[in-house]
Amino acid sequence: MTTVTRPPDRTRTGVEERVWAALGTVRDPELDQPITALCFVTEAVVRDHGPAGSAVLVRLRLPTYFCAPNFAFLMVADAHDAVRAVPGVTAVEIRLEDHFAADEINAGVAAQGGFAGTFPQLAGGELAELRLAFLRKAHLACLERACRRLRQDGWQVEDLTRARLSDLPASPERDSLLRRRADLGLPTDHDAPLVVHDDGTPVSADDLPARLRFARAVRVSVDGNATMCRGLLETRYGVPAADEHGTDGASAAPSPDEEDAR
Amino acid sequence: MYTKDGTSYFVVDSHVALWDGSPQNQANRYGKGFIECFYDYHRNLSPKEWLWPLDKFEKYSEADLIHDLFETGHVDRAIFQPAYLSDFYTTGFHQRERALALTREHADKLVLNDAWDPRDREAGLDRLEELAAVDGGLKGVKLYTAEWRGDSKGYKLTDEWSYRYLAKCEELGIRNIHIHKGPTVYPLNRDAFDVADVDDVASAFPNLNFVVEHVGLPRLEDFCWIATQEPNVYGGLAVAIPLMHTRPRYFAQIIGELLYWLDEDRILFGSDYAIWHPKWLVEQFVDFQIPEDMRSEYGELTTTVKRKILGLNAARLYDLQVPAELSLPAAEVVA
Repeated sequence: MTTVTRPPDRTRTGVEERVWAALGTVRDPELDQPITALCFVTEAVVRDHGPAGSAVLVRLRLPTYFCAPNFAFLMVADAHDAVRAVPGVTAVEIRLEDHFAADEINAGVAAQGGFAGTFPQLAGGELAELRLAFLRKAHLACLERACRRLRQDGWQVEDLTRARLSDLPASPERDSLLRRRADLGLPTDHDAPLVVHDDGTPVSADDLPARLRFARAVRVSVDGNATMCRGLLETRYGVPAADEHGTDGASAAPSPDEEDAR
Repeated sequence: MYTKDGTSYFVVDSHVALWDGSPQNQANRYGKGFIECFYDYHRNLSPKEWLWPLDKFEKYSEADLIHDLFETGHVDRAIFQPAYLSDFYTTGFHQRERALALTREHADKLVLNDAWDPRDREAGLDRLEELAAVDGGLKGVKLYTAEWRGDSKGYKLTDEWSYRYLAKCEELGIRNIHIHKGPTVYPLNRDAFDVADVDDVASAFPNLNFVVEHVGLPRLEDFCWIATQEPNVYGGLAVAIPLMHTRPRYFAQIIGELLYWLDEDRILFGSDYAIWHPKWLVEQFVDFQIPEDMRSEYGELTTTVKRKILGLNAARLYDLQVPAELSLPAAEVVA
């Protein structure tokens, strides 16, 4: 058992505040939520102050011992890059714990050897393709939530092909959709069509029902996985993983986008 | 059999195990990590009155299994889905000799599937032939594609040797291929849970039934996408179904998606015993309904759908005899 050693906000130093903020930009690619909101970060502290800057230690944990090593690697590597970019931080150690491949991943990220360098006999390449596939899933789930929002506002399904981003009212659904579009390099201007394919081309009226149906399956899958993972983390470490943002999917309306709703 | 409100259900638990995950059988830290991971699933999603202590969960007896499935669990027939995990457990996680003896003792209740691994190549093909000659033959196999084998961390169904094994299954009349995806595969940079390889082999072997366990979770959407195109792809509900207790609205969406993308004839009940006890799963599933505010999207679960999912679908795949009074009227039976 590992206890949560995240300090209350008031005890954090300025650097630590910035480190936590940086970690909040790192997302679990499968669950499309920040690793801080998922309670994957157990500690982020300054270990050493030198004349040039601070050396930072970050400890991470995951819901199971056998969480997929490629996604675990992405989170450790992204955490490393995010914290290393914080002004005043000159050295970073990201320490994944209680995971079957923790030693390889920690050493591989520290050595900046990439995924293929970390698992030389087992990887057929880097993780760009995997990351892209899951950014697309995240976008599709957000698109479904946005369309659901418009449906609740009275839009008919067949009219959604004409919807523009400007038709989405200011809302968590809009914010999260815009972020995922930016992640994929898709247009984010007001006049851009709302319902698009993965490459940004507008979805035709003929293709719309199928696109939305699949988007719904993606959203259900992502939400279901997040529920499962939060529950397993909570069980594994004996702490409530729902944190202050509220995650009770059983009683909430479908598809709350928790971290964006804050 | 389970009866509620005048309707009787023939129950086939399509996913049970007799395992030994005890410390004495753990070959290394991976064996310890694996059973602890199972135990967390058990603790996370079971009602608290159904929780077992860790030592019982690690190794339970034949008597426990018979009692829990058939005496209290409402199960009429149960199918062993073996995971050997030979790199993690000294005598294997699946206890084949014990399961075989138990199946012989309770031939009217238990079905014993086996497993193959394409990395065993020619020798494994020979073993499969031998297995198919035991006790009237094999009806199904369970494949765990993330199984470690020395330096290899998994395989795909589209590997050349996998095709040879599938062809052998067809030749030997082993029609039901259960597939469980895990967190590792070769190459590691690809999504290990991807089910695209199931799509390929389902097209290549239309006479085999491919049952994707855990309905593809954590890739429900990818599973639905291939299952809607391949009529010989099925979904096993193990791991998904206990969500109805702690997360009923999510379970409603999952079952709703499955019924939309597949149909009611291709979804199979499985408890994943001993992770979950079938008694509460069967009882809660019979009582389960899509919440009212979600019915415009997902409709309702009828007793016919529940009877098919709980047992009649698996009975069809495994040629299990269903008592006439528990069968559906001919008009409702899939061709």
